Amino acid sequence: MASVAEGRLAGRNDLTEAIRAEALWLRRRSFQMVHEAQLGHPGGDFSAADVVATLYFGVMRHDATRPTDPGRDRFVMSKGHCTGVFYAALARAGYFPEAELVTYMQPLSRLNGHPNRNYLPGVETNTGPLGHGLPVALGIAIAGQLDNAPFRTFVLTGDGELQEGSNWEAALTAGHRKLENLTLIVDRNRLQQGARTEDTAGLDPLDDKFRAFGWHVDVVDGHDISQLLDVLGNSPKGRGKPHCIIANTFKGKGVSFMHDNVAWHHGVPNKEQFEQAMRELVE
Amino acid sequence: MSAAAQVAAGLFDCRDAFAKTIEALAEADSRIVTVVSDSVGSSKLTGFRKRWPERMVNVGIAEQTVVAVGAGLANGGKIPFVSAASCFLTGRALEQVKADIAYSNVNVKLIGQSSGIAYGELGPTHHSIEDFAWLRVLNNLTIIAPSDPWETEQAIRAAAEIDGPVFVRVSRMPVPELRRPEGARFVVGKAETLRAGGDIAIIANGTMVHRALGAADVLADEGISARVINMATISPLDREAIVSAAETGAIVTVEEHGVRGGLGGAIAEVVATERAVPMRILGFPGFLPTGSAEFLMEHFGLTPDGIAKAARELLTKVKR
Repeated sequence: MASVAEGRLAGRNDLTEAIRAEALWLRRRSFQMVHEAQLGHPGGDFSAADVVATLYFGVMRHDATRPTDPGRDRFVMSKGHCTGVFYAALARAGYFPEAELVTYMQPLSRLNGHPNRNYLPGVETNTGPLGHGLPVALGIAIAGQLDNAPFRTFVLTGDGELQEGSNWEAALTAGHRKLENLTLIVDRNRLQQGARTEDTAGLDPLDDKFRAFGWHVDVVDGHDISQLLDVLGNSPKGRGKPHCIIANTFKGKGVSFMHDNVAWHHGVPNKEQFEQAMRELVE
Repeated sequence: MSAAAQVAAGLFDCRDAFAKTIEALAEADSRIVTVVSDSVGSSKLTGFRKRWPERMVNVGIAEQTVVAVGAGLANGGKIPFVSAASCFLTGRALEQVKADIAYSNVNVKLIGQSSGIAYGELGPTHHSIEDFAWLRVLNNLTIIAPSDPWETEQAIRAAAEIDGPVFVRVSRMPVPELRRPEGARFVVGKAETLRAGGDIAIIANGTMVHRALGAADVLADEGISARVINMATISPLDREAIVSAAETGAIVTVEEHGVRGGLGGAIAEVVATERAVPMRILGFPGFLPTGSAEFLMEHFGLTPDGIAKAARELLTKVKR
């Protein structure tokens, strides 16, 4: 198994540009899905798009034709409501046909509002209720640790989601076990469903919290592909700590009227809004 | 009663059978790991830890995580046995059991230890008399409540063989080893008729099975022939055995569980839809007063005499 970085592209600049193009595709395609379904969580799809694109098209070692290969890198989508970007990435990576994306949330579709591993290849665990991804990813990473296996486990959580106590149980054990094969990316868009995180149950200083739990912490611009490639791509070997990447992002990133706007947590576009977004989401 | 006194009296703690069996399975299959939430001693897993310290994952007092980590370990190719006090494993972590285990349909074994009212005096927070009710509604999850050490061993072995989620409810209440015919086999999802009888059927599981057999003895002295059925697997349920039991004309169910939504409720769903006969559902009414497990059993009539009395009353009602 090879990542795109090793397999298709030679230079770093080429890779960065290729991932940027994939992220743009993910935003356009997922917004089309949300528009057609008139359902979804486009604000969070957009804040996560660059992280998801960097993982699937630049960092993870995976092969869509062998979705249960024991040696694959794992990706756990803890913010399970952001299936727009997740399904678009899985289809783009070849886990199922892109044509199937038009069935998003349609009756009896495999593309449920929240992902189901029993229907859809590439999904590691069923998420939806918040605070579930990190504890499961912890278990995957422990399995890797027990076998001294080379695979890595990545988990993407929202930031509001970190208000769920289950995350902190898992963070404690991950630090205790020095799980360097575990990487948590926090989509730090600072907006939860109805308000700013810091006006609800504030998380700052979030980096200090994870450091205090025994994690190595990096804070990056979650829309800067080059920075994401640096922190996600570097080998965690020898660090002796789990890795938390706080990706500072904006909900609705890429479309002017959605940018940092809480209304787009689960807002859906009308025809004019969709067309305007498509005009803005270009190279 | 001390452990030695229990053995002398012919009574056993099913946790010992669990511990012995999991060690035997672990010897033969390196994929088997145990996952605990500071529940090593209470799961009788100190021997396992001594032999395979690296194959025991202890996440600390964190039931949501102990269940989720089980799901993750299964993803990584392990066969995890997640063992913790049943009240916390099922109640505290119910959403993890639902989403991470049952809905995700992963190969994780949940071992609910010290289930029922084993922690009698500690009160309803520590009783696990709701677990059948809130687990049996979850698709994919096999649920087994073994009645004695032999059946506990069989249930643990069966759980390891099933490629999917299983909950085994293990008791610490002293129980006798039941007498079974030579060559008796444990089959998941199949009821076991321990005593033939045609006047009434008593269906029990777990620690109530030997008490149900005692009740049948009491009834036999009065000329009442009671069939005794061990319904160790509550999900999937042996519907055929229930319909057949209904042909006696009356069914009493007995469980170390609340009377709402448990074994009796499950059987009533089948009886009401397939062959309606009068029933009595014996168990606990809800949050219980303080008292030892044995006291609570007596107090709420979960004794051979109490079960026999309920059977007698039901038969009187049927005849009227």
